Amino acid sequence: MSALLKVENLTASYGELQVLRDMSFEVEQGGVTTLLGANGAGKTTTLRAICGMVRRSGRIVLDGQDISRRATEDIVRLGVAHVPDGRGTFTTLTTEENLHLGAMARPNNKAEIEADIQKCFEFFPRLKERRNQQAGTLSGGEQQMLAIARALMLRPKLMLLDEPSFGLAPLITRQIFDILADLTKETGTSMLVVEQNASLALELADHAYLIETGSIVMSGSSAAVREDESVRASYLGY
Amino acid sequence: MELFLQQVVSGISTGAIYACMALAVVMIYQAIHHLNFAQGEMAMFSTYIAWQLMAWGLPWGLALPLAVILSFFGGFAIERIVFKPIQNAPVLSHIVIFIALFSIFNSLAGFIWDFTIKSVASPFGEGPFMGSTLLGKHQAGMIAVTLVMLAMLWAFFQFTRVGLAMRAAAANPESARLVGIRVETMTALGWGMASAIGAVAGILIAPVVFLEPNMMLSILLYGFAGAVLGGLTNPLGAVVGGFLVGIIENLAGTYLGDVGAELKLSIALALIIVVLVMKPEGLFGRKIVQRV
Amino acid sequence: MTDIAHTDHRNPGLTAPAYRPADAPRRRLLSGGNIVTLLVLALLISIPIYSKGFFVFQMTQMLVYAIAVLGLNLLTGINGQFSLGHSAFYAIGAYTCAILVELGGVNYMLTIPIAGIVAFGFGFLFAFPALRLEGLYLALATFALAVATPQLLKLHAIEQWTGGVQGIVMFQDTFDVPVPFGLDMDPGVWTFYLTLFVFAVVYVLAMALVKSRTGRAMMAIRDNPIAARSMGISLPYYKATAFGVSALVTGIAGALNAIVIKFVAPDSFTFFFAILILVGMVIGGVGWLQGCLIGGLAMLYLPNIAEIFDNVVLWFAGLFGFADLLPSGNALQQQFIRLSGVIYGVILVLFIYVAPSGAGGLIRAIVSRVKRLTS
Repeated sequence: MSALLKVENLTASYGELQVLRDMSFEVEQGGVTTLLGANGAGKTTTLRAICGMVRRSGRIVLDGQDISRRATEDIVRLGVAHVPDGRGTFTTLTTEENLHLGAMARPNNKAEIEADIQKCFEFFPRLKERRNQQAGTLSGGEQQMLAIARALMLRPKLMLLDEPSFGLAPLITRQIFDILADLTKETGTSMLVVEQNASLALELADHAYLIETGSIVMSGSSAAVREDESVRASYLGY
Repeated sequence: MELFLQQVVSGISTGAIYACMALAVVMIYQAIHHLNFAQGEMAMFSTYIAWQLMAWGLPWGLALPLAVILSFFGGFAIERIVFKPIQNAPVLSHIVIFIALFSIFNSLAGFIWDFTIKSVASPFGEGPFMGSTLLGKHQAGMIAVTLVMLAMLWAFFQFTRVGLAMRAAAANPESARLVGIRVETMTALGWGMASAIGAVAGILIAPVVFLEPNMMLSILLYGFAGAVLGGLTNPLGAVVGGFLVGIIENLAGTYLGDVGAELKLSIALALIIVVLVMKPEGLFGRKIVQRV
Repeated sequence: MTDIAHTDHRNPGLTAPAYRPADAPRRRLLSGGNIVTLLVLALLISIPIYSKGFFVFQMTQMLVYAIAVLGLNLLTGINGQFSLGHSAFYAIGAYTCAILVELGGVNYMLTIPIAGIVAFGFGFLFAFPALRLEGLYLALATFALAVATPQLLKLHAIEQWTGGVQGIVMFQDTFDVPVPFGLDMDPGVWTFYLTLFVFAVVYVLAMALVKSRTGRAMMAIRDNPIAARSMGISLPYYKATAFGVSALVTGIAGALNAIVIKFVAPDSFTFFFAILILVGMVIGGVGWLQGCLIGGLAMLYLPNIAEIFDNVVLWFAGLFGFADLLPSGNALQQQFIRLSGVIYGVILVLFIYVAPSGAGGLIRAIVSRVKRLTS
């Protein structure tokens, strides 16, 4: 397998404060990669840096194209769908409008978009029930489903998922991760998942990186990382 | 009772002016979550452009659309040129720039076209509308145009991709970027549309109040009052609000005697304050959720 | 709290009086800031000695405007609230003074504090409904207030006091401001010193207010209303007080304006005047009370910017010998006067781009640059 996303020496800062230092990692074509780390380690910033939402330097190559200087909108148009932390719901618009927005960067082919919306509804029947409801009135789990569905509407090459478990009940989290696993199997979409719940993330991912204070301190296959003594102690808790 | 009804009808007739302006106010509010204090002056300037085109011999049917299109591009350009550099500046900076634009357009219009009053003919003709003593042809035309614009706007936002993108960009700029929407372009588009609507408003208002550089200041205040009363988040509400302001103004003039007639602007002031305090989202608006 | 102290660290010297936390060590008596203050004071006191007549009048007017700018800055710079309607409080001060003097026979000097108190009352009352309004809505409400003010002043029902459209001419029997205490002084010079005295008192009190517990509460609300509330600061109380105090100071300026001009009329207090005060504040520097003198100068000269522009162009034309190419002097000036609003607007835009923190920001930047170079 070849690398879909190649990040080399990525550095990012908020104003004076440097958050990422010299990070290098890869996301494989069709695979799921996870970034693990404690609060404030720089996981969210890494995703935001890939999408051009923070000032960054270094090389970010997507499918052979350097995107390290592109604007967010253009990176999205190249097929990177970002499910942000807090889910980024358009709260005042309806569920269905949210889904339409996910296809905004695609050519305006009404039939195809409509078909994709139906597919999303198959994956997430709950969203179908709520299609004409204001998205802000959806529950946390439903909004997370909506965020994932909205990202799928792009037909992305790469999905960036920021804490899909955030603020959700364990049962719902489980459900979401099962869906993600199905998705990657069925559609072959590559994913980069940032997650605090390390055991869930390792279950889903093929490959894992461990971040501490803005640098990568360990990488390897999920199985190998899971077996690591220090990871077990600090992140898995057994 | 008959007097009351008469006043209501003639209030609707004046209210058409405010409704038109309120629609422009809501448009810009939707795009930038600001009230453009220069909006009246921009509309006045657009009206002068239309007047100038007609003075050069263009017929109404050509001069109006041309002025509206020019205003659209003008508004678009103002956003791109003037506001882009201060995107992230505090509210005060924006208000100061609105004031600067106010001053520039007001003075420029006086410089180019003089401060003398010009009369503008109505495209709908003079005289009473279908024999009514309360509603003139022009007022009826104005109401019709306002309602048509409202319907067009509604359809645009509800059914077109660009309309949806504009709503998304206004609702949540960061998420909008993440689905590939060019938020800056949408904002500029909002400015352009607001200027175009303002141009229509100005051109419709000019036959009623005469064209001169200071014609819009008090009308803008009524437009604000209408928009606030109906709800800044709801174009239909704003139009209804505009009509209501006209009706309230007329009723006050009738039933409060001289005081009511003299204090027209203060009625707008009182309305604005009462609505903002009692029901800040307006009669028909969505509740404004304050993000902390 | 840390934030306020932080600002102090970045700008030692000039801004210190506005931001110094109370527990900071007392500064030396002859610090840079104090020397500048004394120099400015000496300069102001000496104005009538080396100049006369019209210039003294202009400087009096400048001081009056400076007080108004100070008033608005207390609201916006210190408490973070907006107003596009301070012309209304200025008008209240002016009319209080004129009515008391002309109809009540009250000594005009006594009317100055009374005007302040009346304006405080109006400001406080207006603030109560306005309290619930954040930035933009407050701007809207005050905009409406400014637009409505001239009409309210013209109201028939109160014409017997306000003089309606005509306004009130003051000191009709004496023709000029009576000079008290048997002083043998030109009335213009006397009004200048009276205004300077009031300015100094208001300025010192405003500085004291900013340094006080109340002032810190107001700044805390400006910086972070939610945190301020959780620290037990009553938002309604302090915001209404800030509005009231701001109106008080502006009302005092209005009263002085009535005395200086010897005339009040509704159309002096339009929305455009409210804008002028706002512009003075922005140019002086929002949150930098010392900038009020610069703001006063801006208010005085900006409306006449066209003439200044004209003079500059003529001067250059004379220097480089292209005067013949220009339209004859008067015609040129007419053109510039008609464009004054444009020039005024462009200057405002440039200020926001280049020096968003006003002259105060520029001065601070220069001072800190110089300090870095010398240390």
